[in-house]
Amino acid sequence: MTEATATSVGAHAGPGTPAIQLVDLSWQVGGAKIVRGVNLSVAEGEIVGVIGPNGAGKTSLFNLISGINPATSGVVMLRGTDVTNETISRRARRGLGRTFQTSSLFPQLSVLENVRLAAQQRLGGNLSVLRFPRRDDEATQEALRHLATVRLGKPRRLAGSLSHGDKRKLEIAVLLAQEPAVILLDEPMAGVSSHDVPDLTEVIRGLHATGASVMIVEHHLEVVLGLVDRVAVMHHGELIAVDTPEGIMKNQAVQSAYLGDIAS
Amino acid sequence: MTTFILLLITGLGLGALYFLVASGLSLIYGLMGILNFAHGAFLTLAAFAGWEVGRRMGLDTTSGFVVSIVVGALVGALFAALTEFVLVRRLYERHIEQVLVTVGLSLASVALFEGIWGSDPVYFQRAPWLTQTTNVLGASVGNTVFVAIGAAVLVLVGLLLFLNKTRYGLIIRAGVENRSMVTALGIDVRRAFTLVFTIGGMAAGIGGVLASNYFGYVSPLLGGSLLIFAFIVTVIGGLGSLAGAAVASVVVAVLQQFTNYYWGYGDFIVVLLLAVVLLVRPQGLMGRKAA
Repeated sequence: MTEATATSVGAHAGPGTPAIQLVDLSWQVGGAKIVRGVNLSVAEGEIVGVIGPNGAGKTSLFNLISGINPATSGVVMLRGTDVTNETISRRARRGLGRTFQTSSLFPQLSVLENVRLAAQQRLGGNLSVLRFPRRDDEATQEALRHLATVRLGKPRRLAGSLSHGDKRKLEIAVLLAQEPAVILLDEPMAGVSSHDVPDLTEVIRGLHATGASVMIVEHHLEVVLGLVDRVAVMHHGELIAVDTPEGIMKNQAVQSAYLGDIAS
Repeated sequence: MTTFILLLITGLGLGALYFLVASGLSLIYGLMGILNFAHGAFLTLAAFAGWEVGRRMGLDTTSGFVVSIVVGALVGALFAALTEFVLVRRLYERHIEQVLVTVGLSLASVALFEGIWGSDPVYFQRAPWLTQTTNVLGASVGNTVFVAIGAAVLVLVGLLLFLNKTRYGLIIRAGVENRSMVTALGIDVRRAFTLVFTIGGMAAGIGGVLASNYFGYVSPLLGGSLLIFAFIVTVIGGLGSLAGAAVASVVVAVLQQFTNYYWGYGDFIVVLLLAVVLLVRPQGLMGRKAA
């Protein structure tokens, strides 16, 4: 289904330019069509949930947006710029940040170093091979500030020693340090104890409050529906509906494809 | 007791040479997933370059020796950087091609060195103090052994400071753990690749000059003979672990030295140790388990 009309490829960011625009985006592996002709537009500052059964193509869609997998056809626009053929790192430098289903941390680095790495990349100076960072330099201060925002203490601990919930918080602190304009969160609640879910939901709300546009894949529907402006529903690689949470709950096609048990 | 001390210290000296080669191998594999079979060529060219420059200055002088080390380090670094930039960069994630190219470069380099300098070892005069011995608790230990140990310790400390205290060191440590995540942060990890190759080549270059002084000759096969044990050390220590490479270098070389002296099976015992480590602890002494 077509959800929005694409702006011209290569257009510059400006008022009204979507943060993300996907135009007829497809990904095929051999004969299997994993993502089929997805058209979706996410406005600046909007938060959009992507839901669907396992194997619907949600993570594959994120991989196409972030550049991990190359699109078979279609266009990925990031804030008005066609990034379809750009590398992961190039898209990241354009302001795209993401988390992964499985932990994307550096377990043998300390909590502080994980965040500092993202902060020093954004602040520059990586090329200074022999530039010894001071304990209180700007990147370190920023990293500590972001760790406080996600309520994560003991910055000298190894990231690998954290609980699953704290690892998710650390990933979000890394995202904060990147200061991305567009954020993709891939199942941030996966493996998180129910006790930690409200806390993490608030952290994500805070992330969005920085002004970033957010797309979130999540199986905790109550979290998604309470957090997002709109919900995009995927099924068998296709986008079958995009609407407000209330609209999605009433959508017959969605209910029959995915939400039946929850909506009834 | 004297024999024990002599074997222990000479074992440490040999371990120092292994470490100078293995440190680069381990970092390169850890960050880039590349088994660099051309690493021995970096060492050999550096040894010949150091010898060529040193003999013009007088290899039997201390200044000639010092200059040869500096030249060896620079040539090793340059050769490694060029190898990464011209050959290896195009082959990331293509492991079979990487092996073919680095093995091919290694073989071609040996043939080239034999063409230039001949296939026989070239023996040379060393500075008098290098050929002398120092008495340690009754054992007369050659001074080249202490030089090798001192250089290896300096390289180890320098690498640890670089990895743990600099911005690029943080990128390299992160890249060793999860290269694709470093890229996802917007960091151009290719610069780190070139840098790690260069650092590895520099360490191998220093190792090459010191090895030629240790053995008293340069030869086109010098790098290849050390590379075999450096690979074993790298695997036993844990691929990607600098500390593991340091520990394994000492363990392997000391064990080899003692076994060679008492039973004459030093090389065999090292291969046996490798087999035991692979069976009991496949990730190596200080390596991480594959996910």
